[in-house]
Amino acid sequence: MASQTLQSVPGEPTSARHEQSPEDVARRDAEGQAYFDKVMADDSRIEPRDWMPPAYRKTLLRQISQHAHSEIIGMQPEANWISRAPSLKRKAILMAKVQDEAGHGLYLYSAAETLGQPRDQMMQDLMDGKAKYSSIFNYPARTWADMGAIGWMVDGAAIANQVPLCRASFGPYGRAMVRVCKEESFHQRQGFEILLELSHGTPEQKQMAQDAVNRWYAPALMMFGPPDDDSPNSKQSMAWNIKRFSNDELRNRFVGMMMEQVKVLELTLPDKDIRFNEETKKWEHGPLDWHEFHEVLAGRGPCNAQRLERRREAHHNGAWVREAAAAYAAKQSRKQAEKESAA
Amino acid sequence: MSTSPETAAETSGHGDLNVGVKGASGSGEATASATRITPGNALRPEDIALAVSRGTAKPDADVAEFALRLGDDALILAQRLGHWISRAPELEEDIALGNIALDQLGHARSFLSYAGGALGEDGTAKSEDDLAYFRREHEFRSAAIFEQPNGDFAVTIARQFVVSYYQFELYRRLTQSTDATLAGIAAKAVKEVDYHRDHSAQWVLRLALGTDESRERMIHGFKVIWPYVDELFRDDELTARLSASGAAVEPSSLRADFDRLTGEVLAAAELDVPKVQPAPGGGRQGLHSEHLGYILAEMQVLAREYPGASW
Repeated sequence: MASQTLQSVPGEPTSARHEQSPEDVARRDAEGQAYFDKVMADDSRIEPRDWMPPAYRKTLLRQISQHAHSEIIGMQPEANWISRAPSLKRKAILMAKVQDEAGHGLYLYSAAETLGQPRDQMMQDLMDGKAKYSSIFNYPARTWADMGAIGWMVDGAAIANQVPLCRASFGPYGRAMVRVCKEESFHQRQGFEILLELSHGTPEQKQMAQDAVNRWYAPALMMFGPPDDDSPNSKQSMAWNIKRFSNDELRNRFVGMMMEQVKVLELTLPDKDIRFNEETKKWEHGPLDWHEFHEVLAGRGPCNAQRLERRREAHHNGAWVREAAAAYAAKQSRKQAEKESAA
Repeated sequence: MSTSPETAAETSGHGDLNVGVKGASGSGEATASATRITPGNALRPEDIALAVSRGTAKPDADVAEFALRLGDDALILAQRLGHWISRAPELEEDIALGNIALDQLGHARSFLSYAGGALGEDGTAKSEDDLAYFRREHEFRSAAIFEQPNGDFAVTIARQFVVSYYQFELYRRLTQSTDATLAGIAAKAVKEVDYHRDHSAQWVLRLALGTDESRERMIHGFKVIWPYVDELFRDDELTARLSASGAAVEPSSLRADFDRLTGEVLAAAELDVPKVQPAPGGGRQGLHSEHLGYILAEMQVLAREYPGASW
């Protein structure tokens, strides 16, 4: 056995497992685990049909569906400004951007579906409050400058998080991330450009930009997740080649990037403690209010109720449309079957 | 228009209704994308604004007024459709309606950039944003159908169905306009509007033949939208002059094709043309419904809070 090349072992639904003898199940699991371990050691990829440890499947399903939900809920703060965008060009760019986010949601739900859960179920979990999404979208987009700050900081943080995910060990997730990251980097540039235009505009516009940067800074840093010593799941995700860098590493790297870019904007970051540590060669930032983070995560943020209610409302109002489409499709396939049996 | 469109025979149909876009044989070639930039073909609003500022494209007063009508139609519709983004019945529809809104906004920007080339009493060109954000209600030239509220999804689809079939017939003919810029904008727009036709026709079939509830809603949607159909096909002095010069066509000349093609879809959907009285319209002269004021209040608020600011 040891000399043979390890073969991928097909995964199978749990329902099929009870039809097999316990010995068969155990043998397949052992072979599957061996292949899986080899893939991890080679830093290669697991595909949807491959056997995978149940905890790996569960972790990915949670992470990818949360990511999809974040894209969908994340449409709301920006959609809020489409109707009031101050120029037609900005309106077109913003519309395209929010539309991209719907597209990201679609790829990600599709990637998650390959792990065995239908999109409807994920959507239901979101609306029932059982599934999480990124807490950043529970903050309000108060002014036009927030469109800049969200693009520059929130999408910027998302990119810092997601570029390493392009190499995630689960194939569909990694591939979805490649496309998502390309579009996100365009989003970040457009956000930066909005802020640049504002910071070089009237004093009122510059103030609007600074105010938005001040409000989004800390929530953006907290997007990387809790500090490393308080992030229980990180270690396992790193062992599974899903996560490549720790929360703090990514956060510090992101602070460094922003420090360079904020100079071009001629704005400031609301953190007096940012410094480059010559010894560790790493950027450091001031303390973050993790109490607030946990409050928002627990559902007590400024827009949690509003965001979920909008999603529920859209879903509820669209129910008759989805039912109509399904009924029409069923009628069409019945007609088609009748035609074929008559022929 | 002096010459009839040479491709009229192939472009008048809307493909196999039951198949959707893959089987569509309309003017949009099978591989065309509503969003992909096709080099050498795509005319951007920025190109038009540049040509206007350099004086290489300058509409006469009649063409400018006509461009303003079409630009306002598309702008107001884009504003309405944009509201659906994050509220649609399915994620796929968030994307589809967003895409249609974006296309309409693109057409609006092109038409308005061009229209701006002739306006301005001080002799300077107006930008698309001057026209979109700093005109008042009575200065808008859009027809009433474009400002009708979204209603439920069926009302939005009914509105989109009428508009897409109307715009397709109009733009198809404008590709032959003696005015090169109008022809250029129309050539890009007609391909996109072909997809809008397909999208709305597919939904008309699904809603009309889906469930009892969806059928009832579709019938209701057409009933509330149909009063505003006639205005789209009404001729006036401006269109008479433009038709004589070959820059445009009489709106009434689009009606037969519109009736025939929409009639085919309605028949397939087992629907009748609603028996409703037409509304008098008046948007082309600046007489709007009560809705436009609210649309503009929302659209223009930020730009007007900071007059002269650049974004």
